[in-house]
Amino acid sequence: MTESTTVQILLWAVLPYVTIAVFAVGMIWRYRYDKFGWTTRSSQLYERNLIRIASPLFHIGILAVVIGHVIGLVIPEQWTGWAPEAAYHAMAVVLGVIAGVCTLTGIVLLIYRRRTVGPVFSATTKNDKFMYVFLVAAICLGLVTTFYGSGIFGPAYNYRDTVAVWFRSIFYLNPQIQDMAESPASYQVHAIAGMLLFIIWPFTRLVHAFSAPLGYVFRPYVVYRDRGPHDPGSRPERRGWERVGR
Amino acid sequence: MRVMAQMGMVMNLDKCIGCHTCSVTCKQAWTNRAGVEYVWFNNVETRPGQGYPRTYQDQEKWKGGWVRTKRGRLKLRAGGRWQRLTQIFSNPKLPELDEYYEPWTYEYDNLISAPLGEDTPVARPKSLITGRPMKIEWSANWDDDLAGGPELAPQDPVLKKIKDEVGDRVKLEFEQAFMFYLPRICEHCLNPACVASCPSGAMYKRSEDGIVLVDQDSCRGWRMCVTGCPYKKVYFNHRTGKAEKCTLCYPRIEVGMPTVCSETCVGRLRYLGLFLYDADRVTEAAAVENEQDLYEAQLDLILDPHDPEVQAAALRDGIAPDWLEAAKNSPVYRLAKEYRVALPLHPEYRTMPMVWYIPPLSPIVDALRDTGNDAEDADNMFGAIQSLRIPVEYLAELFTAGDPGPVLQSLHTLAAMRSFMRDENLGGQPDESIPAAVGMTADEMFALYRLLAIAKYEDRYVIPEAHAEVGRQLEELGCSLDFEGGPGQYSSGTFGEASGRPTPVAVETFHALKQRQTTEGIVDVADADAKVNLLNWDGLGVPLGVPTVPPRSPESS
Repeated sequence: MTESTTVQILLWAVLPYVTIAVFAVGMIWRYRYDKFGWTTRSSQLYERNLIRIASPLFHIGILAVVIGHVIGLVIPEQWTGWAPEAAYHAMAVVLGVIAGVCTLTGIVLLIYRRRTVGPVFSATTKNDKFMYVFLVAAICLGLVTTFYGSGIFGPAYNYRDTVAVWFRSIFYLNPQIQDMAESPASYQVHAIAGMLLFIIWPFTRLVHAFSAPLGYVFRPYVVYRDRGPHDPGSRPERRGWERVGR
Repeated sequence: MRVMAQMGMVMNLDKCIGCHTCSVTCKQAWTNRAGVEYVWFNNVETRPGQGYPRTYQDQEKWKGGWVRTKRGRLKLRAGGRWQRLTQIFSNPKLPELDEYYEPWTYEYDNLISAPLGEDTPVARPKSLITGRPMKIEWSANWDDDLAGGPELAPQDPVLKKIKDEVGDRVKLEFEQAFMFYLPRICEHCLNPACVASCPSGAMYKRSEDGIVLVDQDSCRGWRMCVTGCPYKKVYFNHRTGKAEKCTLCYPRIEVGMPTVCSETCVGRLRYLGLFLYDADRVTEAAAVENEQDLYEAQLDLILDPHDPEVQAAALRDGIAPDWLEAAKNSPVYRLAKEYRVALPLHPEYRTMPMVWYIPPLSPIVDALRDTGNDAEDADNMFGAIQSLRIPVEYLAELFTAGDPGPVLQSLHTLAAMRSFMRDENLGGQPDESIPAAVGMTADEMFALYRLLAIAKYEDRYVIPEAHAEVGRQLEELGCSLDFEGGPGQYSSGTFGEASGRPTPVAVETFHALKQRQTTEGIVDVADADAKVNLLNWDGLGVPLGVPTVPPRSPESS
């Protein structure tokens, strides 16, 4: 086993844990201190024709991409040994490309809409623009990687022997740095872009992905709540001005 | 039976003059913020007309409210739970801003900063959404007083429905047009479709008083509530990305004050009070097969607070004795259930709305004649009123899913009351047969008259205060600098009048206002403790912001 360089250690052992730490702590912090800011901040009110197509295209696409990543990275190759390798690969490439293209088309349309529809543009924050750079970078690099590894433009690359092993090793607290370091550059760049995206995640509007309202299916239609402990007529205390002893 | 309390409202449309004071004061209190410029928790529509947002009553288009399935169960008209979840990325039935209107301001600054020139500077309209100059083409109340008009009225969804029945009796030419005003707030329904639509569970009905609210910390901006509400009274704050709606001014209600819209209504046409209802039967009542039975089903849910059985059940279910007392004196209960003059708005949406309307009696004589009533008698009652303009069918389409019976019943009662009281006021012999004709006694008729015509403040608003531990309320008063002669002196903080923590609304305004409204005495300025803010003090009572100081006993001074 070859020695890892400092850069390799930083990228494939340190950065993943930094990502996980920032993401986890960031999400908890955001949830505790900014529930009010935790929203989709939909712009559908301003414009509904473009978003009607673009938003489902993007969101359903990205959900498929997420499922693809989970299958590809989390499930060890041995577990799918029953399926012929070629068939699995073809399936993954076809579905991956479809999902990726949907996602990319969706987000391109959404960004086009954001730029050209006046009210939507003026409702776009700096934070949004910053986030879009990382999101689009990760999606584009992901698509490039898919094409690269597909075998359409050269030899196919089985990332499940290397990238997936490295990915799982992070959660075993035994990062297999070399597995990642030896993978093609496109996979490395995509992985870095992905990690950066997760680092900024808690501080952007992307948090709304984690409020997927699945509980809706199971709860009763009408929700009742008590008035709560606040005093009649007065508003709740403001943050930082809480009374002592509560 | 599970007894729950519901704060309800009744509006007497007969008295509404369409002044929009309620809308304006509501706007100033609640929605004068960025993101909700286009939002009117309270709006007053001219009927016929398209309403706000435009054609919101057309549920084929907007898919609000509930429908009854073939199996007799209730389902959101916009679709089942899974269907709604698949639509969260882009809600297909969300009104666009244009359906409300694009809010604007004017470039007032131009009036004083324009360079010297030939032309008079003007303040051009500027969109509050894009910041660009814009052409004003619609607003929340663009068709105010137009009675629809030939261009706009044909789009009125209610008018469309009754066109076949009424045909050419509805005239849109100005000299023959009819109109009346319909002030609208959130209905605070017993079976709220907005709450049922909320994927996050952020919307809820308060179990104490039935007020429907949005938890701003849980709302994730999925916008399903906007679609779910058939009255389109949940709005999307486009700045914060959260849903907002009429709160029935709960901070005021909790301390026993009427809502801002009610308090400022110059026509004194709003009534606030409690309903007691059987929460166990709400779904069943909302699912009755025939739409026209929904009004009766809704009335049936409302329990009689004078019934000892109901009282026992209410106390068992945690309703405080003073709330029970308030329910007994509730003007809305009397108007809706006892006298049956107030009707719910669009019961066919199956949401069991809790804002009720007394239909406008206005020029009604023809209706009485056409619907087989003794028009001669009606003519006697209203010598001056010559012809009906508001078709009963139109009112029925609004209030009883098209059944003219309850509307006529209500109008007859109102007409009878007028006739009866005219005799009374002219010194004639009160004709007992008039109240009897509408199934009431003379005493009841007189009570109805007092409630509707005299409409004293304390009769219109019977609002029990919310309960909380007394200790906590006292704690609310405390501030470490508030010792006698200390720098706090209550009304001003360490750094002047406006500094320090805001005095809670409950204390600052409620007690001071109440005292000022009821006192006849002038405060004794010689009293060293009577610190007077002369800027806004009218000499009556203790000035605003100063706590009530108990009279000092001679020993302590």
